[in-house]
Amino acid sequence: MLASVGFAVAYALRADTQVLGTGLFLALACAAFAFAVWAKQLLAPEEVCEEREPLPGPEGAREEIARAFGGERDPLARNRVLAGLVAGAAALFGIAVLFPLRSFGRNPAGYRNRTSWKAGLRLVRDDGTPVRADELAIGSVLTAFPDGHVEDADAQTLLIRVPPDALELSGQNLGVAPRGYVAYSKVCTHAGCPVGLYRQASQQLLCPCHQSAFDILDGAKPVSGPAARALPQLPIRIDEAGYVVALGDFLAPVGPDSWERP
Amino acid sequence: MGAAVIVRRAVLWLDDRLAIAPFLQHALRKAFPDHWSFMLGEIAAYCYLILVATGIFIGLAFDPSGTTKVYHGTYRPLEGQTVSAAYASTVSMSLAMTGGLLVRQMHHWAANVFLAAIVAHGSRIFFTGAFRKPREINWLIGVTLILLAMGAGFTGYSLPDDMLSGTGLRIAISVGLSIPFVGAWLTGLAVGGPWPQPELTGRLFFLHVFLLQALIATAIGTHVAIIWRQKHTQFRGPGRTADNVVGSPLWPHYAFKSIALGLAVAAAVAMLGAFAEINPVWQYGGYKPAIVASPAQPDWYVGWLEGALRLWPPWSLHVFGHMIPAIFFPGVCLPMLYFGTVYAWPFIERALTRDRARHELLNHPFEVPWRTGAGVAALTFVAVLELAGSDDVFARFLHVPVEGLLLTYRILALALPVVAGALALSISRELGKRHQHPGERSGTTAIIVRNARGGYDAMEKPS
Repeated sequence: MLASVGFAVAYALRADTQVLGTGLFLALACAAFAFAVWAKQLLAPEEVCEEREPLPGPEGAREEIARAFGGERDPLARNRVLAGLVAGAAALFGIAVLFPLRSFGRNPAGYRNRTSWKAGLRLVRDDGTPVRADELAIGSVLTAFPDGHVEDADAQTLLIRVPPDALELSGQNLGVAPRGYVAYSKVCTHAGCPVGLYRQASQQLLCPCHQSAFDILDGAKPVSGPAARALPQLPIRIDEAGYVVALGDFLAPVGPDSWERP
Repeated sequence: MGAAVIVRRAVLWLDDRLAIAPFLQHALRKAFPDHWSFMLGEIAAYCYLILVATGIFIGLAFDPSGTTKVYHGTYRPLEGQTVSAAYASTVSMSLAMTGGLLVRQMHHWAANVFLAAIVAHGSRIFFTGAFRKPREINWLIGVTLILLAMGAGFTGYSLPDDMLSGTGLRIAISVGLSIPFVGAWLTGLAVGGPWPQPELTGRLFFLHVFLLQALIATAIGTHVAIIWRQKHTQFRGPGRTADNVVGSPLWPHYAFKSIALGLAVAAAVAMLGAFAEINPVWQYGGYKPAIVASPAQPDWYVGWLEGALRLWPPWSLHVFGHMIPAIFFPGVCLPMLYFGTVYAWPFIERALTRDRARHELLNHPFEVPWRTGAGVAALTFVAVLELAGSDDVFARFLHVPVEGLLLTYRILALALPVVAGALALSISRELGKRHQHPGERSGTTAIIVRNARGGYDAMEKPS
């Protein structure tokens, strides 16, 4: 009882979490102790013995039930055709009431497999400032979005600068990664986490959720962990003013896979 | 007028109207077997009461909205930042409201203890064979309760819309996306469009505070009602047969013991809530799709699924121009297979042993070595996955590359359950050979009768 008063006073004084919690603990623990002592010391031990009820129910009642369900007193069992119609109607109704669920979202074909990236859109930071190529030192990385679409989670991109001739990309992919600047989707192809860790020594991107590692120099192909597919590359160029600009959408679908992707 | 007199009057008042005396007379003398392992389920039930009580407080203080606003409040680092209303109200509740953090931390801790108690209780039921006929229905409800509690836990810690919870939801959505045929539609309708959508918070709130709680409360009510109807199982012992239950009467002995336990659980949760920091969302920051913390760890009951996602190799399946992504196997198949087996266990065991009899007396774990072996193997498998779920934390702690740990865990996940299961099997066999059942050891083996000449005769125990 004292502890309860203490808790109330502590609350009135706007006390810390720890003080309040200790008050609550003391109030509860003292009461628990009191009941435990009462049960153990003050009550004379007593044992009761109950008989179990027999299983199953009495035979007469069971026969009665069997007649009512599936037996001669069951209208559904006597008229198979009508019973079939009832079952069919119930099943169709069950399917029909699922249709309004469609209103909870859009057709995924409208947004899956494409992002806001378009040819000519500048790479900008999450505060909207455009990225100039010379702001990025060799061996560094920054997160970029399409200009005007910083809210598009599927468009998040990692812009990485490596030594110019270190990239081991094939001709087409190399052409859209100018002077050692290469851009990959930041959405992990495994479970959609942002691939947020950069291992500079081994030139790898590491997903902090499930430790998939991707080789930056070799097209962001997975080299370790559960991811099965490379991070899609964003084709970029550096314009006359020195800004980094997209040449189009990602070269492959972004993010975790599903049934529709062969 | 004392409290006891008030209760007596209330009971008699009700009896005047509902004739409850015969029921109460019977109920108060109900026998509760005295064994510590029978209290595990009660710990879970008391945790649920704590969760409801603290949940009411949190529910009134929380703003379940994903719409953004500019934070103004006592937490300086967040001042002027644009965050969701859900996140802002969670931070305010924790840092500006007296007692708010205590209640929030008690709620989160109670959820963790709730699931731990359910799993411990379920293991007790499994290893003592308490799921056998006629208790299969309660086994199915119990397993359903684990799933519902996991769902309530996951939706609960997803609500604050902080960085950790947003990342967890993103992973869950990616797992849903991998389901053949329906994945994209299913997750699209759940989220409401491309990830992320502000209405998701409101949907999670409805699931967490209403739908899941209605289901959990119904399941717990049915679970207890069935126990009441079928009566408890008991271990073998003197005077204990398949046809009776021996134990403390509900009133007053058992009620006092149980109240003491409930208060002790609440006291422990209060202590944890006061001193053990849990989910400090203000440190994580609000959810932004392009930012993630490292290391990121879910609550323990989700950790084993996280571990499965990390361990499964990048094996996708391509079929007729479609694909089944690699994440489908550890994310959907594995838990379905696992829980499917757990659900079906009473029926699997029935099919294997052809035992269709009613069982009211419990096994000691060593009495059925193959069941004990299977249970130990299943628990070991989950334990390895749980460890693998924090492999990056261990890698950092041990200063080893995470790739090496990954290979170790992949091998352990396959090998350790077999080893542990076999070990449990042979230990059980050995114990079964050496020992009799402890209850039988102390039981009556012979009856001594004084004969007419003043001597003593020993009679065999009538069976």
